[in-house]
Amino acid sequence: MNGDKVTKALLFLSSLTILLLSAGIVLSLTGGAIPAFREYGLGFITSTVWNPTSGSEEYGALPFIAGTVITSLLALLLCIPMAFSTSLFIAEYFRGTRTAGILRSLVDMLAGIPSIVYGFWGFYALRPLLISTGLTDQGFGIFTASIVLAIMIVPYATSLSAEIIAMVPSELKEAAYSLGATRREVIFNVIIPSARSGIVASFILALGRALGETMAVTMLIGNANIIPKGLFSPGNTMASVIANQFGEADGLKLSALIAIGLLLFAITALVNAAGKFIIRRFA
Amino acid sequence: MDNLLINNISRRNRTNARLKYIIIAGAVITVVPIFLIVGNLALKGYRQINMAFFTEPAPDTFQAMMATSSGEVIPGGIANGLIGSLLMVLVASLVSIPLGLMTGVYLYENGTKRYANFIRSLTEILQGVPSIILGIIAYLWIVKNITRGYSALAGSTALTIMMLPLIIRSTEETMKMIPVTIREAAFALGTPYYKMVIKVLIPVSFSGLATGVLLALSRILGETAPLMLTALGSPSVSLDLTNPVSAVPLLIWDFYNDPNMVNLVWSASLFLMVFVLSMNLLSRSIASKHKYI
Repeated sequence: MNGDKVTKALLFLSSLTILLLSAGIVLSLTGGAIPAFREYGLGFITSTVWNPTSGSEEYGALPFIAGTVITSLLALLLCIPMAFSTSLFIAEYFRGTRTAGILRSLVDMLAGIPSIVYGFWGFYALRPLLISTGLTDQGFGIFTASIVLAIMIVPYATSLSAEIIAMVPSELKEAAYSLGATRREVIFNVIIPSARSGIVASFILALGRALGETMAVTMLIGNANIIPKGLFSPGNTMASVIANQFGEADGLKLSALIAIGLLLFAITALVNAAGKFIIRRFA
Repeated sequence: MDNLLINNISRRNRTNARLKYIIIAGAVITVVPIFLIVGNLALKGYRQINMAFFTEPAPDTFQAMMATSSGEVIPGGIANGLIGSLLMVLVASLVSIPLGLMTGVYLYENGTKRYANFIRSLTEILQGVPSIILGIIAYLWIVKNITRGYSALAGSTALTIMMLPLIIRSTEETMKMIPVTIREAAFALGTPYYKMVIKVLIPVSFSGLATGVLLALSRILGETAPLMLTALGSPSVSLDLTNPVSAVPLLIWDFYNDPNMVNLVWSASLFLMVFVLSMNLLSRSIASKHKYI
């Protein structure tokens, strides 16, 4: 029986590493961010100036917070019709068929492509396409980044939505059909209302993915430290500014970048927690 | 009145049919990018892929420029990135697989106890942390304090923290599907606890565990952002954990920033994508063959 205690203690100890890791991440980020917050206070979050020139250094996070929120929300907006139709295709119209299986695998493949490959593809394939539409000169910017982000998060939204849609009890659907409802009416009056919270949660979790996505966005957003002025304006997200400027940073700039990391950590943790909460509570 | 009803029905049928076409069109549009990406990379990338691509380190920009201007294939390959990637992924696996398995077993065994629930939530939060933040963490912990410079060890640390929650979650989810009776049968025979874990739980759920590990590997193999802040990249092949190393995604980033190397980016991206996707598909095929263990 002593051996059992040792095994259980070992398993318990390994679970402690998660505790230590989580605490360590929060403490290190907070510790690294302190100099920036001591210098600027909460004004760091609302300041729009990002000037690394030594002597007149000044750092503010608002352009990047705005860039992150705008690209992610736009990506979510573009992702919703795609994920919505794909999940209905898989879980309702062609449920259980070979076609649905193939489509599901293809969508899963989208999740397997590395972020940097998306960025590269966006740069060489998508950007010229956007330039040729005449809407933008350079092809960089919020819109380009959002399109690629939307493609990247579709699989996350789709797999969960499809699962939730497939769980809608067939009694409910059959009852509606027996009253003479068409399939469209069943979808909008039975399936969507009863799967609503799960579908919402799947989009929230996809949003959480988009917020932290780095490489593809860094390669496509145009890297300008300003609040984006329009759909085709260049900008920077919290993740992309870290990726771009961390390498040569020290002192106050390093601290400012870590502070942005801390904010990004907090935002993604909150969004993910909200998504998980909705699933647990309602779905 | 009758007329109105008939109109109404035909209108309902029309909108019903229309929705179906909209859904099919939407689903097709969603998967078009995968064909575009794979096709694009395959067409432009295949020419550079030869033996040298796997055995030689990346060329410098001058070599690449000379080759491009004379219309030849760029010499050199991605060997430094390949070795660096394998080294860092190996170290990350050696730490995170055993640790993740043990934590996963712990969570499975302690079901809904308050502490287990807490650890489970923390694991979920860790899984959602953007990879670039793990890069910052590995920079603060390893680059600044342990190796005092960019290093493979720092890269491995970032990848380990990424892998751990994936392995823990897949372990627990797989073990949940094991019938309780198998576990009880082992205990009824007087099997010690550790033997029950090693000889019953792990073998019975092996295919599920393998799927989880492969999926986690396919996730971290393509990771670029955390490695930019930790492993940095290096032009030569290196196996020293305390020195900077390259990785395939880091090479893609370097090539991308060098206009002379564009041809190599296509090949390196093609290689990385095929490698990651085949690992991904392999894990899924194992999973579908051994559903319910």
